[in-house]
Amino acid sequence: MTNPLHKVLQQTEQVIVGKPLQIRFALACLLARGHLLIEDMPGVGKTTLAHVLARTLGMQFQRIQFTSDLLPADILGVSVYQRDTADFKFHPGPIFAQMILADEVNRATPKAQSALLEAMEEQQVTIEGVTRPLPVPFFVIATQNPIHQIGTFPLPESQLDRFLMRIQLGYPDAQAERGLLSGVDRRDLVARLTPQMDSAELLALQQQARQVFVSPALLDYVQAILKHTRESARFAHGLSPRAGLALLAAARAWALLDGRGAVIPEDVQAVLPGVASHRLQQTQGSSNANSDTLARELIAAVAIP
Amino acid sequence: MNKSLVYSLTLCILLVIAPHAGHLPLWVSALCGMLLTWRAYLTFSGNPLPARWVLLLVTLAGIMAIAVGFHTLFGREVGVTLLVLLATLKLLELRGTRDAMGLIYLSCFIIITNFFYSQSISTALMMFATLFVIVSAWLRIQTPRITFKPQLRIAAILLLQAVPLMLILFVLFPRVQGPLWGLPQDAYNSTGLSDTMSPGSLSKLSLSEAVAFRATFKSISPRRDQMYWRGPVLWQYDGRTWTTGTAKYDLAPSFDATAQTIEYSVTLEPHNKKWLYALDVPHQLPIGAHLSSDFQLLAKQDVNARLRYEMSSDLLYHANVDESAAQRQRALQLPPRLNPRTLELAASWRAGQSNNGELVKTALRFFNQQNFVYTLEPPLLGSNGVDDFLFQSKQGFCEHYASAFVYLMRAAHIPARVVTGYLGGEYNAIGNYTIVRQSDAHAWAEVWLANQGWVRIDPTAAIAPERVQMNMASSLKNKAALPFMARNPPQWLSKLRLNLDALSNQWNQWVLGYNPERQFALLTRLGMEDVSWQKMARDLMLGLAILIGVFALFMFRHLFARQTDPVQVAWLKLCSRLAKAGLPRAAHEGALDYATRVAAARPKLAANMMDIAERYMSLRYGETRDEASLRAYRDALRAFKL
Repeated sequence: MTNPLHKVLQQTEQVIVGKPLQIRFALACLLARGHLLIEDMPGVGKTTLAHVLARTLGMQFQRIQFTSDLLPADILGVSVYQRDTADFKFHPGPIFAQMILADEVNRATPKAQSALLEAMEEQQVTIEGVTRPLPVPFFVIATQNPIHQIGTFPLPESQLDRFLMRIQLGYPDAQAERGLLSGVDRRDLVARLTPQMDSAELLALQQQARQVFVSPALLDYVQAILKHTRESARFAHGLSPRAGLALLAAARAWALLDGRGAVIPEDVQAVLPGVASHRLQQTQGSSNANSDTLARELIAAVAIP
Repeated sequence: MNKSLVYSLTLCILLVIAPHAGHLPLWVSALCGMLLTWRAYLTFSGNPLPARWVLLLVTLAGIMAIAVGFHTLFGREVGVTLLVLLATLKLLELRGTRDAMGLIYLSCFIIITNFFYSQSISTALMMFATLFVIVSAWLRIQTPRITFKPQLRIAAILLLQAVPLMLILFVLFPRVQGPLWGLPQDAYNSTGLSDTMSPGSLSKLSLSEAVAFRATFKSISPRRDQMYWRGPVLWQYDGRTWTTGTAKYDLAPSFDATAQTIEYSVTLEPHNKKWLYALDVPHQLPIGAHLSSDFQLLAKQDVNARLRYEMSSDLLYHANVDESAAQRQRALQLPPRLNPRTLELAASWRAGQSNNGELVKTALRFFNQQNFVYTLEPPLLGSNGVDDFLFQSKQGFCEHYASAFVYLMRAAHIPARVVTGYLGGEYNAIGNYTIVRQSDAHAWAEVWLANQGWVRIDPTAAIAPERVQMNMASSLKNKAALPFMARNPPQWLSKLRLNLDALSNQWNQWVLGYNPERQFALLTRLGMEDVSWQKMARDLMLGLAILIGVFALFMFRHLFARQTDPVQVAWLKLCSRLAKAGLPRAAHEGALDYATRVAAARPKLAANMMDIAERYMSLRYGETRDEASLRAYRDALRAFKL
């Protein structure tokens, strides 16, 4: 099968070694027109992943480093007075790119964060009364540093919900790390990458992902999962209908990645940890489990109808 | 621990112990109230619970005080008191889920002890409400974040589900004779007739509105002036008090009934005495009862639980026409050297009249024409009580008239005796039965006449015929002394009272009075032949199994709901085949994952298995399903060999 997506995966895996699952998640997220939140320590390759994806998919890339003094205008852009034309000219901010890497979003103030999150949600920004559409495809990878939380503004749960998926990269395994240490500099590798598709192709793939068939039997399964999170005492609160939609969209993209025309329960199970882990919270007092095991528990608890 | 849970548990304990407050020692109720308030305050303020040694100290002091107060640590009262106190103290020791669960179980146990004190409908309803609160609190333990509405809804559903279970157990659980709770002798502070009568004893009793018994007449009801319910018969008079005395020797009672047999059943409230009430004279006796020589119906033991018996009586009769001389002699006993004027009057009547029957009429005329007054509050009488009453005060209640009349008869050498019991009753049209209250207590006389035997004479009827024809309120001029409900209250109120009484009568008959006989009768009517406890146990188990099965089916209905899809049915069949071969599919395992696992475990099956899984997936989750691929899927399944 000459699936361009396979080539994308292949090329990415050459640079980001030992993380095929995370790469797939990121790609599925992109195909489902969602946005990705990566929560991990510095230096595990979050930026490189964004770079590689942008390069391989032929997208314009912008990186915004979030700091505590970042202002919304720093993200969205600003109008500057032009003396010669006696007029204001809009200088678009870094948000006007196809792929945005919002590095360490939790360092910025809520005001700056919401500027980004609104842009993500609306696919457009309104500045000084003028609504400007963002480029398509539009994909945000935000990263969050889970340690050194002093002086940061962790995203509230309602904002977390705007991200289709949240993943963690984690340390590479020994073999992958060996390759990393002994191999060529990643930056050179990225520079050498060739785009595997253009924006039009990517948009077509996004459209294709939306049309992956979902059968009533599969909807039963998704509903059973949602119902379980709402009824079980294990979870503080159940998944929202938006979470249900997100789960379906991600599962469709996953099926497309596997080259299937219909979603099967395995697709749902595969994307569930990414889609649900930042939306689920265990009840206080029950035994400790990280969000990933919680999602896995959820999978094991719901029978496929 | 979660605040709302602590509040729920505090409410639980409050509701559980509140009904006991009335009969616990005052200091225990007060202490429990204080502890509950303290607990609520601690929760509210977020202060820590008291140290263990404080609780231990309070507990030990409490137990000691109870032991000293009751002089024992055993028995019903002490047990309930201890339970109430300890349950309240446990609230101050809530540290984990385990303590909370303990409290829930304890609450369930303590509410049952309410039945020691009252078994009325209101008690049962109160217990049900308390149980509802307990179940809600229990739900809060299970799911701490549950919101208020679903908490109440689930609790209600749980209790409702328990109702059919309860009914099955109630109807079919083999009954034992006697009251369910094995109540001790002092179970009821009963009021009722005693076997003595002195001036004022009946008028005092007639102020009580308590129900003495209820009677249901089968087909015809007797007239009101025939409804003399016989209680103790009094022979012996000491000038002030009538007592039963001792029979010289018991001659079996003999009647020749002339007509009018009436059938009825009586539900007697416990009165801690042996006698049962029946209309004169009993025709057929209830099982286990016997008739004394003076026609009293007696049970084997004291009636200390509600008792229901079937009766029939003959209203027209000649009783003991051939009464023995000794008994007749007994009925002439008079205290020596008392009431000279009465003796004189009787002697003057005797001198002028030799016919006993006519003499009785003379006496009744005397009562009727000498301006006697029927009252609840007669003046006090001196040592010659009958003289004082007949010639001076002329005011009295039925016991005065019965007593004076019998005295006159005996002075005139006519055998006579006092009979106490109840007269009339209130007909309850709603439940079609007659309520006889303590206020219907009455005393009348019986004289023995040759050829007629014992004849009932009611001297009260000669003075206040309304007492016999209607009820006491109509016969009294001064009604102020009567309790409110006996003063002919407004119609809606008496109707309400009759309604409530009808309800509690049904409750008594069918719930509290559900004894082996009733159970036998009900089960026979429901179609069980040769009722035995083995059959009941079998049906009980069967009923419970069916009920639990139905509930389980309902709960697991989603497991069966979707299996109408032939693709899925065939797939599940394959899965169960593989499960038998040691490769069970987990419920959450997708077809592809499962096939991969099976293929890894049994490489020989790999190709077929993967093929089937692919076909299954495209049929079940794919967009189109055509006959050809369905057939191919079936063929593949058929061809599959383990």
